[in-house]
Amino acid sequence: MYVIKEKSFLASNVARFVIEAPFIAPKRQPGNFIILRVNPKGERIPITLVDSNPDDGTITIIVQGIGKTTKELLTKNVGDTLPDIVGPLGNPTPILEKKTVVCIGGGVGTAELLPITKALFENGCKIFSIIGGRTKELVILEEEMKQYSEQLFITTDDGSYGRKGIVTDPLKEILSSGTKIDAVYAIGPLPMMKAVADVTRETGIKTYVSLNTIMVDGTGMCGGCRVTVGGQLKFACVDGPEFDGHQVDFDELMMRNKSYADKERLALEQFEHKDGACKLENVR
Amino acid sequence: MNALKPSERMKIPRNHAFEQSPEERIHNFKEVSLGFDETLALTEASRCLECKNAVCIEGCPVNVDIKSFIQLVTEKKYVEAVQKIRESNYLPAICGRVCPQEEQCEKVCTLGKKHEPVAIGKLERFVADYEMKAGAFITPVIEEKRKEKVAVVGSGPSGLTCAAELAKKGYQVTIFEALHEVGGVLRYGIPEFRLPREILDLEVERIRGLGVSIYTNFVVGRTATVDELFNDWGFSAVFLGTGAGTPHFMGIPGENLNGVYSANEFLTRVNLMKAYKFPDYDTPIRLGKEVAVIGGGNTAMDGVRTARRLGAEKAYLIYRRSRSEMPARLEEIHHAEEEGIEFILLTNPVRIIGNEKKNVVAIECQRMELGEPDASGRRRPVPIPNSEFVLNVQTVIEAVGQSPNPIIQATTPGLETTKKGTVIADETQLTKRKGVFAGGDLTRGGATVILAMRDGKTAASAIHNYLQNLHS
Repeated sequence: MYVIKEKSFLASNVARFVIEAPFIAPKRQPGNFIILRVNPKGERIPITLVDSNPDDGTITIIVQGIGKTTKELLTKNVGDTLPDIVGPLGNPTPILEKKTVVCIGGGVGTAELLPITKALFENGCKIFSIIGGRTKELVILEEEMKQYSEQLFITTDDGSYGRKGIVTDPLKEILSSGTKIDAVYAIGPLPMMKAVADVTRETGIKTYVSLNTIMVDGTGMCGGCRVTVGGQLKFACVDGPEFDGHQVDFDELMMRNKSYADKERLALEQFEHKDGACKLENVR
Repeated sequence: MNALKPSERMKIPRNHAFEQSPEERIHNFKEVSLGFDETLALTEASRCLECKNAVCIEGCPVNVDIKSFIQLVTEKKYVEAVQKIRESNYLPAICGRVCPQEEQCEKVCTLGKKHEPVAIGKLERFVADYEMKAGAFITPVIEEKRKEKVAVVGSGPSGLTCAAELAKKGYQVTIFEALHEVGGVLRYGIPEFRLPREILDLEVERIRGLGVSIYTNFVVGRTATVDELFNDWGFSAVFLGTGAGTPHFMGIPGENLNGVYSANEFLTRVNLMKAYKFPDYDTPIRLGKEVAVIGGGNTAMDGVRTARRLGAEKAYLIYRRSRSEMPARLEEIHHAEEEGIEFILLTNPVRIIGNEKKNVVAIECQRMELGEPDASGRRRPVPIPNSEFVLNVQTVIEAVGQSPNPIIQATTPGLETTKKGTVIADETQLTKRKGVFAGGDLTRGGATVILAMRDGKTAASAIHNYLQNLHS
């Protein structure tokens, strides 16, 4: 059993959990993820590891309540346990040394970007960071990102914080400013990563994207996470989750991720209105 | 002793187990075969000729003393009978259900030369179930506790067997399982209608009862490497039984459309995650009214029969050779036919067709004919020109083979593999790496439960020898 040791909200629908997972904590590297279940009838969902503490055997994740499972997870509190966590899974992110890079996070994707940014910083990289969200509340981890960044740009779709616009706007400015950029790391919703890859494609700048796919086991067994990368069949869980953004068939992946849209809606409705009461009222 | 003369025994026709009717069972996931009752079991056991040279024992991959256990059945000593089996096979309730007896013990049964062979598998199942219902199982006494620790990676049939054998010898055994439940392919692959989960759970509990500890949610190669198991965890030997879990895809256009599954994913969602109980269980599955399963092995049969139970109105099995080349067990082919599965034989898919939303709407196939035998000895299917046709389906499930998961091989220096990705092991199941043994589908690439168990058993005695010599 995996005990929740800490919980705090970064936004009304985004929480940070510190969870006891003594075997996983010492093995985590930036880019690794876990698969967890929230109840004994639960589905297995992949969540990227944000941090870990090998000394006290804990791992840190940041979760946005989107579907049934993530919303149920947000109802869990300190002292509650999760039945299953397995990991660390996936390949660690390639961390460059003493290079100039742009780190781009969209929404809760910034949580996955943070450990990579930190590792790049510790490896002597000069980092330009861009974090964005639909609205002010969804711009997370600003202070944490700032401490590793030469410069930090913030965008919101509605202009409620930072600049109005999307993350590719500052990216284009950085690229046209004459600064030599060696690589771009982008993590966020698929349309955002696709847009970033489209911007950097012509420049030939290596662009790492971290793919969030449908997944069951996370160890290469189901093939549900398959993506087309450079015309080749790849499994995001064991071949990724990072891939060369210029090679990924984003359109196919976006369609694949909608496979269970109707079922996901049904599960969520059932969860939110079980016993006639809205379950999410006691989230906070 | 059997009072009947051999000539009288030969006159008794082979008995058939009770089964759920096809009309009933396609609406549930309960076990198809209901097994023998005592009367049928006694009649069936009385058919055994008690041959001096009991070739059935040789026909069994783990050499169960079949002759003796059947004699005990005739004496109504059912618990003693299952104990006799357990001397060579720690999982009789499982083997009695999923072993391909028609290829093994029953294939060589003397009675089968002129008549039908003794239903050894169903008798095995009967005594195992009898013991379970009677609550008569007794955990074997472990005479000598040993201090050496052995790690068993994977909790499928090879791992469970290896763990049980080593625990009986007194070793401190720990099983590491990647999934959240124990059993490997017995859990995620084989459907409940062939192997009820209570049976599997009970067998696993009995293995725990031998003092074996089991870590679930532990991926060797990720959570800890094989080197770390030796150096940090203090294990003296490691058995790898991680199976062949990586699904193959055909490589035809349209495979990434929504509605295309590997059989592994489809079966895992249903068997392990219980997607057939969605939304009570969280894991969803999508299934069209018309479903095509590609392949001719047991996994394909499991997939297509599962699709039928989930409500597919048309469940097709598309196989590129003819019925006689199908690798699936005869019993499963027979059950599939009874359940209204439509076999489309000598046919190979060439393309999966999707709509604008990238959902599967059809599959295009071509007809095949059989040419010269290939390396496997089976006649090679050859496409017939201009024989293409389109079949409307909304779900496609590919059961076209699996290879070993590469995580452990990639993280264990010195472990050599073949081109197919299987781990190389000698006749004692020793790999090229000192102290590391391997078996089951990881070394075979896709075989049966019983062969995996044999490997686990062979490895257990080799590990015992290895650890004995380590200290002498």
